[in-house]
Amino acid sequence: MTAANDSALGLDAVKSPGGRILKFVLYTLLLLVFAGPLLALLVSAFNNVSDPTALSVVPSSPTLDNFGIAFDLGVGMYLLNSFLVVGFGLLLQVVVSVLAGYALARKKFRFMTFVLVAILATLMLPEEILAIPLSLILSDLPVVHLNLIGSLAGMIVPLGAWAFSILVMTEFMKDVPRELEEAARIDGAGDLRIFAQIILPMCKPALGVIGVFGFTMIWDQYLLPLLVSTDASTYTLPLALRTLRIDTNVTPGVIMAASLLALLPSVAAFLFFQRSFVRGLASGALKG
Amino acid sequence: MTVDHAKPAAVGADRPATERAPAPKARRRSDRDGKWWTPWLFLAPALILFVYFKFIPMITAVTMSFQDVQPYLGNQWVGGQNYGTVLGDEAFHSAIWHTVIIAVGQTVGSMVIGLALALLMEGQSKRLKFLRSAAFLPVVVPIAVVAELWRIMYHPTEDGMLNSILGLVGLGPSGFINDPDTSMVSVIVTGIWRGAPYDMMIFLAGLAGIDRGLYEAATVDGASRWRKILHVTLPGLRSVFSILFVLAAIRGLRVFTEVFLLTNGGPNGSTEVAMTLIYKLGLEQNRLGVGAAGAVLLFLATLVLTLFVQVLRRRRDA
Repeated sequence: MTAANDSALGLDAVKSPGGRILKFVLYTLLLLVFAGPLLALLVSAFNNVSDPTALSVVPSSPTLDNFGIAFDLGVGMYLLNSFLVVGFGLLLQVVVSVLAGYALARKKFRFMTFVLVAILATLMLPEEILAIPLSLILSDLPVVHLNLIGSLAGMIVPLGAWAFSILVMTEFMKDVPRELEEAARIDGAGDLRIFAQIILPMCKPALGVIGVFGFTMIWDQYLLPLLVSTDASTYTLPLALRTLRIDTNVTPGVIMAASLLALLPSVAAFLFFQRSFVRGLASGALKG
Repeated sequence: MTVDHAKPAAVGADRPATERAPAPKARRRSDRDGKWWTPWLFLAPALILFVYFKFIPMITAVTMSFQDVQPYLGNQWVGGQNYGTVLGDEAFHSAIWHTVIIAVGQTVGSMVIGLALALLMEGQSKRLKFLRSAAFLPVVVPIAVVAELWRIMYHPTEDGMLNSILGLVGLGPSGFINDPDTSMVSVIVTGIWRGAPYDMMIFLAGLAGIDRGLYEAATVDGASRWRKILHVTLPGLRSVFSILFVLAAIRGLRVFTEVFLLTNGGPNGSTEVAMTLIYKLGLEQNRLGVGAAGAVLLFLATLVLTLFVQVLRRRRDA
């Protein structure tokens, strides 16, 4: 098979000088459009600019001052809040999802289809639409009567109900061979041991997918933290960016420094776990 | 349903020959498999959280949409009045119109550019892998950062970043998000910047599934690059198109954060969308019932759209 038929356009096989120049120009343009703004963000974060309106593309006077000012404005605390929310939120989400996945994939019981359909149905329910009633419920949880508004817990606990992760775990756990489980059962292992020692260790790829997806989803969240936080002490970093901007003394350099801190964790998660990420994206979307 | 029930039995009947007698085994398994409530124990955390944070909010949204919600005074049942308000309200009409424009603009723009990106960057070389990762970065940048970054890039004076680029080709300066004439386009462009690389990744997954032999055959038949795309690639991506369409359209209908941060509906309400209006009604003006009615209508629109595309797909597959 020739390289020309290895892809739809077969651009890898284009070797003529004119073709090479055209490819170079195209790819540079693509890079400029999609990565260029992020490069400007990076440069501006480390650059001292007096102009309050513009971003820097060339580092004319390199400095770390922007980060210093950002931390003076409380970015350290916002970052800590973000990490607390993503840490506990992801932990809760993963634990809840693997437990539910085990029951749905390995057990047969009455109303199973009903439970599965009910969970799946929430995939079609955008969280934005539930935002207002959700905030009312968080202010007075039925039965237990707790008020989670104004606390990080109010941003963390709702993250546990995440259908995508349950779906991924259920699909994956179904494929673990029955024989392994039965052998363990004959040896007298109970459900908890089978779950923890047989099934879970086989699910590392799926755990990678729900881990990296959950992380970027939680880190990107905006509306839920916006509804739950009542004052700056519970702002996550993405929320705080807007309040930084309102202060007119804050230069774009400072906002970009805070933005850089806000984007690094999710970009790093993507770059380190790229394979899990792409796999989850493709499977999640193509199953749709 | 009956077929599903018959299957495990049939499998079970095959097996015991290699192991032990069927009857005792069946009983042993049901003993050992734990009590009837074992699965419910594993499901309990999920069920509690789903009830609290998905199902109760949903029921609340529906009941609230039929009520005049008054904290501390008790809610009044008002029937369809909130829906009447929403459907008759000028502000809602334009918000729905803006939402549809943004949804269509971002969906079409992201899909066209995403497909172009995927076609241009499909391949195995190291360089292409690097290019794909770089182009994908906007997707994993938090939406709040995207909005702040583009706000600065859209600065309306001549030395704003995009205006100085426009200046190079003799255009501008444009007011971008600060001008009611260009604010919608600006919001859509920002959405496409983040949406196109996402679509690209899904298209790439679809492209990888196309039989290379078909390209080979097309080449042998002397088909041009353009005809290969038209007759082999695009038909092979059909299911990807419909999935992306649903995903992007839902994403478009629920658009909130980027509008909230870029323009907050302004200038002059020129970018007010359904969700920013619902947010304002619900949380700033405390008209929770009307906001809930708007949210329920938005949900119904999403549902109808999803089902419509599903039916369309079924019919085509059948």
